Amino acid sequence: MKISIQINEGPYQHQASDSAYQFVKTAIEKGHEIFRVFFYHDGVDNASRFTVPPQDDRHIVNNWAELGIKNADGSDVELVVCVAAALRRGMLDESEAGKNGIDGNNIHPAFRISGLGQLIEAGIQSDRLVVFGD
Amino acid sequence: MMSTKKFMYLNRRAPYGTVYALESLEVVLIAAAFEQDVSLAFIDDGVYQIVEGQNTDGIGMKNFSKTYHALGDYDINQLYVSAESLEERGLSADDLMPLVYEDEDDDWAEKPSVKVVSNAELSKILSEQDVCLSF
Repeated sequence: MKISIQINEGPYQHQASDSAYQFVKTAIEKGHEIFRVFFYHDGVDNASRFTVPPQDDRHIVNNWAELGIKNADGSDVELVVCVAAALRRGMLDESEAGKNGIDGNNIHPAFRISGLGQLIEAGIQSDRLVVFGD
Repeated sequence: MMSTKKFMYLNRRAPYGTVYALESLEVVLIAAAFEQDVSLAFIDDGVYQIVEGQNTDGIGMKNFSKTYHALGDYDINQLYVSAESLEERGLSADDLMPLVYEDEDDDWAEKPSVKVVSNAELSKILSEQDVCLSF
């Protein structure tokens, strides 16, 4: 089954991102395809490369970015951060920082910023869109 | 060529206090460009999102309630409101904004977009959707 994910809450404050991560890992293990993970609302904060949790805690951002979440066919799982939600929360990649005259950027390179159309397209293209949040 | 699916946007929270309502509306407006079959539902405190006469002067927030009037122009004209949620809050259909659309199949007659339905009816409508986004 082709599945997309929407994550609506930030890391550590809320379990939504953790639950989504466990869901995605398990779904891939079971042979499903994850078409896209879309980060919205405070969920965009899951993409901050400045995240530094205590050493004995899970690293939610790196979990998403680095644990090699790939589909069974070797394709990458797309990690997409909503641009409007990100900008108003101070989450910027290099391009958006340049456009807005900000002297830094904090989006982890495993994620990419894009528009809400990516969420709608995920809903259209996938067999299921699973929303994690309150 | 993309297929057409039934998209439901379930609005459960008050318009101010959290950003969910505003950011839900932003998704809905983008979704309109994808020519899908779009419905909105307002339940729980979400019914306050389309209450008439909102005034945010005292709280320093943008009053975005007028944006709901634009939905009809985007062919988004299936807005369901929970009768139980209205009643629990001492509200009625008369307290809601008169949101309308022009029906192109009926000589562009202006028609109401809002339908007050029971939770049982809403449950049936939700079960008919392909994609349900909850805010």
